Amino acid sequence: MYPKEFEKSIRKVEETRQERLKKPPERLGEKEKEELLKKWHPDYKPEAKRKLRVGVSKGSIVPNEVADIIEAYPLINPDEIDLSQIDYETDILIIGGGGAGTAAALFAYYNGISPENIIIATKLRHGDSNTIMAQGGIQAADKENDSPVIHYLDVIGGGHFANKPELVARLVLDAPLIIKWHEELGVMYDKKEDGEMITIHGGGTSRKRMHSAKDYTGMEIMRVLRDEARNIGIEVLEFSPAIDLLIDDEGKVGGALLYNLETDQYYVVKAKAVILATGGFGRLHIQGFPTTNHYGATADGLVMAYRVGAKLRDMDSVQYHPTGVAYPEQIVGLLVTEKVRGLGAQPVNVEGEQFVHPLEPRDVEAAAIIRECYGRNKGVITPTGMRGIWLDSPMIEIIHGKGTIERRLGAMFRMFKRFDIDMRYEPILVFPTLHYQNGGIEINENAQVLGINGIIKGLFAAGEVEGGVHGKNRLMGNSLLDTQVFGRIAGINAAKYSRKAKVGKLSLEHVKKYVEELKKAGIKEERKAPILLPDYREKKVLSRAIDIL
Amino acid sequence: MARKRKEGRKKEEMKMVRIYIMGKEYKVPAGLTIMKAMEYAGYRYIRGAGCRAGFCGACATVYRKEGDYKLYADLACQTTVEDGMWLVQLPFTPANKATYDLEEIKLDDKTLVNFYPEIARCVSCNTCTKACPQELEVMDYIQACLRGDIKKAAELSFDCIQCGLCALRCPAEIAHYHVSQLARRLYGKYIAPKAKHLEKRVEEIKEGKFDKEMKEIMEKSIEELKEMYNSRYIEPEEEEIVVEAD
Repeated sequence: MYPKEFEKSIRKVEETRQERLKKPPERLGEKEKEELLKKWHPDYKPEAKRKLRVGVSKGSIVPNEVADIIEAYPLINPDEIDLSQIDYETDILIIGGGGAGTAAALFAYYNGISPENIIIATKLRHGDSNTIMAQGGIQAADKENDSPVIHYLDVIGGGHFANKPELVARLVLDAPLIIKWHEELGVMYDKKEDGEMITIHGGGTSRKRMHSAKDYTGMEIMRVLRDEARNIGIEVLEFSPAIDLLIDDEGKVGGALLYNLETDQYYVVKAKAVILATGGFGRLHIQGFPTTNHYGATADGLVMAYRVGAKLRDMDSVQYHPTGVAYPEQIVGLLVTEKVRGLGAQPVNVEGEQFVHPLEPRDVEAAAIIRECYGRNKGVITPTGMRGIWLDSPMIEIIHGKGTIERRLGAMFRMFKRFDIDMRYEPILVFPTLHYQNGGIEINENAQVLGINGIIKGLFAAGEVEGGVHGKNRLMGNSLLDTQVFGRIAGINAAKYSRKAKVGKLSLEHVKKYVEELKKAGIKEERKAPILLPDYREKKVLSRAIDIL
Repeated sequence: MARKRKEGRKKEEMKMVRIYIMGKEYKVPAGLTIMKAMEYAGYRYIRGAGCRAGFCGACATVYRKEGDYKLYADLACQTTVEDGMWLVQLPFTPANKATYDLEEIKLDDKTLVNFYPEIARCVSCNTCTKACPQELEVMDYIQACLRGDIKKAAELSFDCIQCGLCALRCPAEIAHYHVSQLARRLYGKYIAPKAKHLEKRVEEIKEGKFDKEMKEIMEKSIEELKEMYNSRYIEPEEEEIVVEAD
């Protein structure tokens, strides 16, 4: 239920609705977009970032929160770890149990690796990931008026032309193959009577190519892939995050050190190939923003890969989703899918006025909302002092007919209804929220991780942990696609590689060297990483906590 | 911005409520979700927290309220604490899943009951439906499975987040969420109409229809790409009336 003080503003939104239905605001020109971003997008605040002082990407600029975990000491003392006793020996170790990791496992299996020789190690449960939370959809250029080349141009333009071309080409060319694969696995995509996929626009798309399964798209994909992995019998080690990679005497990656979160024991895994599918950094709360991300999104993969010499790219840009929940307080920061705007809901200010086209690329849309709230002072102020703007959801049913919201936005409808807000009749209050790690570890088109001297043997990466696919800004519907396309490629190539690979004696030499470098750079031993889980315990409790047991 | 928000919060006077976490009393601010309330009390989750947004089913929670005989079931991340709530989380559900090769399955009205014979034990008590935090018609979809109405079962169960609360409450010991997973996959694979345009596009890609054009665009300079991007045709917004497959 909305507090009384919102009423006046809601009435204004209702009063302007008919007029606004006639015409959405103009899209911004290139110059206007640039100015808006420079002034209002959080990425353009120099004080929120710093140069890395160590490692192969030394000198590159990353958010302070990322620098903090990169310039951090390992969780373990390498000298105290016994690597002579191997707990698991396998062909392929996949670190991460979300969409990318599970797709990788399935394609490794399709390419001849037996299920007993594949392990998925994951920090939470199999499927607890950002994939399962992806609501709006997945892009694929599979309609007559569309083509992978048109999709390519949308991705590159949306990414501010910073993307790695060969990765984008794979993303868009493989997209229809992935949707077809899903269809064969039984994913229930939204279809018309004759089987045609129901597709809509997303921010920055030039064709309607957003495929969806209601607004549970990621969940539907994830639960089908997980079901398939279970049918095949792929071993999953849950609550067992990796805390460092292992290398052999030739410097190849040959496994990882896992940590059982419940027993505090470490496990040594020897693997011919390792696939990093650890996701992104939402739970680092860059610049103090709330996040849409799942509990385990702490960028562990970046930390581990960087210590074996993986290059980072495009880490200076962060994706703030334009529409996170701003009210009610219980769910602040959670995602309001872009599909809400895709179906016609317009962002409007406290006076009920339009101020931006609903489907600008995400960074532009987010910057416009921040400007409206803090530059023009036309946001709605909540009882906790937060500001937000209205997303006029009742427009959806005026445009598409009664019942559309429950049918196509069931998850959103349910989320707000739980807090007595009916988005069919009342607008919803939103503000940008930390959503996605645009950049990441650099890979090539075979999902092999790249270091300063080319390929790091034995190491592959897929999904949000890798960078280059989305340049400086990802479009809606390309992250689910990224997990599937590069998960598949990583699985196929890791299978191929592991057939020939031989792993020598395992070591943590790279970690020792990294520690030396940290010391040489004068970085104090205050921080350890990967951080594995955020800590939301109340400060009052923490200040009196003692470590006895 | 984040800073301003915090200052605003401080101004509000905090109203506290009593909750009992596994029987032990804590005082927490009113208005928090169960998940945040437990963190406020000093718990750090390993199990019992996943997406924190109502999509993953990791935080299945049961609780009673003072003076109320009912056992409630809900998601900790989507439920606000109330004064006098006695709660416990159930972060894992032991339940058997049938294994199958979807390519080999013979589809008829007995398929589901063959893989999950225990659905025939359903006594129509509706406890599963009452336990469902998604408010799905769980019993109705189990009945649909029993009748072999795969389409109905797939539709009714579509919003299932597989938290397992139905299975834990069921007197017939059915693992509803596994049964419906199979129903949905069968529907998606065998019953929903195929997307012909998709098949066609996949063929075109395999034949290399776009390779030349792709190579050309990949070689373009940023200036050329900018020009193309800024003048590209954008399909209009208006949507035709869609008749969805049912």
